[in-house]
Amino acid sequence: MTIPLTVNGAPAELAAGSTVAGLVAQRSGGHDRVAVALNGDVVPRSSWPTTELSPGDVLEVLAPTAGG
Amino acid sequence: MSTADLAPALAREEAADPFTLGGEVFTSRLLLGTGGVPSLEVLERAVRASGTQLVTVALRRVEASSSGAMLEVLERCGVRLLPNTAGCRTAREAVLTARLAREAFGTDWVKLEVIGDEQTLLPDAVELLDAAEQLVAEGFTVLAYTTDDPVLGRRLADVGCAAVMPLGSPIGSGLGIRNPHNIALLREAVTVPVVLDAGIGTASDAALAMELGCDAVLLASAVTRARDPERMALAMRQAVEGGRLARGAGRIPRRWHAEASTPMQGLPEL
Repeated sequence: MTIPLTVNGAPAELAAGSTVAGLVAQRSGGHDRVAVALNGDVVPRSSWPTTELSPGDVLEVLAPTAGG
Repeated sequence: MSTADLAPALAREEAADPFTLGGEVFTSRLLLGTGGVPSLEVLERAVRASGTQLVTVALRRVEASSSGAMLEVLERCGVRLLPNTAGCRTAREAVLTARLAREAFGTDWVKLEVIGDEQTLLPDAVELLDAAEQLVAEGFTVLAYTTDDPVLGRRLADVGCAAVMPLGSPIGSGLGIRNPHNIALLREAVTVPVVLDAGIGTASDAALAMELGCDAVLLASAVTRARDPERMALAMRQAVEGGRLARGAGRIPRRWHAEASTPMQGLPEL
């Protein structure tokens, strides 16, 4: 069973019971300084393993880049 | 700069001209942005040539962000990171971005940027002040990118910003300081550091900022998009130092007519 989510503006399907930690592992592409917003709030790194995702959740997975 | 040839008192003064920002002491008064840099090799050479100790970075969706190698370069250069909220258009977006940056970079310093117009990228004063107040209340060290309005600058300082960072002209425009008088007035209006941020095109712009009394200069495009970023970074470093020295030295008053520097007394009749 999967749950529908929006990740970085695009539709995504994740296994039911997935956590933010699981999503980050899938998406981070080797970045270690990642930050995650879930439905408009920050999810602290320490809460990633225990934050389960629900259908319809909107997530932003962000990483450092160059900027002025 | 070598101070070996200076009189001892001046050399001591020069060596001890610290820049205190957010409770931290810096020796460099040049803050460098990384935006627009063509490669990591160029970035490293420019950072080293600039002598900067504080470098701005941003957060973007992970698939669009540059590799983690940039942070390795910056770490190797020993600079402190200053995350920005570039691209935010409301106080809500900026506050959330600052919180995310705190998570990602492990710092509560933020260059607060809330943009109100696509074409000019000018700050939205209302949203900016709102975001600044919220972030200060959350314990952030807020360096606020603002217009050159002395009244807004004072309001930002009043809500607890650690620095007020007025633009010289729009971001990336290279138009220099369009209203030097406002920058000087803003400097008078607040006691927190004033950092000229945005619009610098070349070294003389950076020197002028310091001559007007700014405590530091933040620039990105002027270096990263220069034909030779490393050389321009060194030029900016020397311009900031020169402008700072000139400000301290006290410039001569402007005169309408000439005043001879060679005495008239003893002029022969030929």
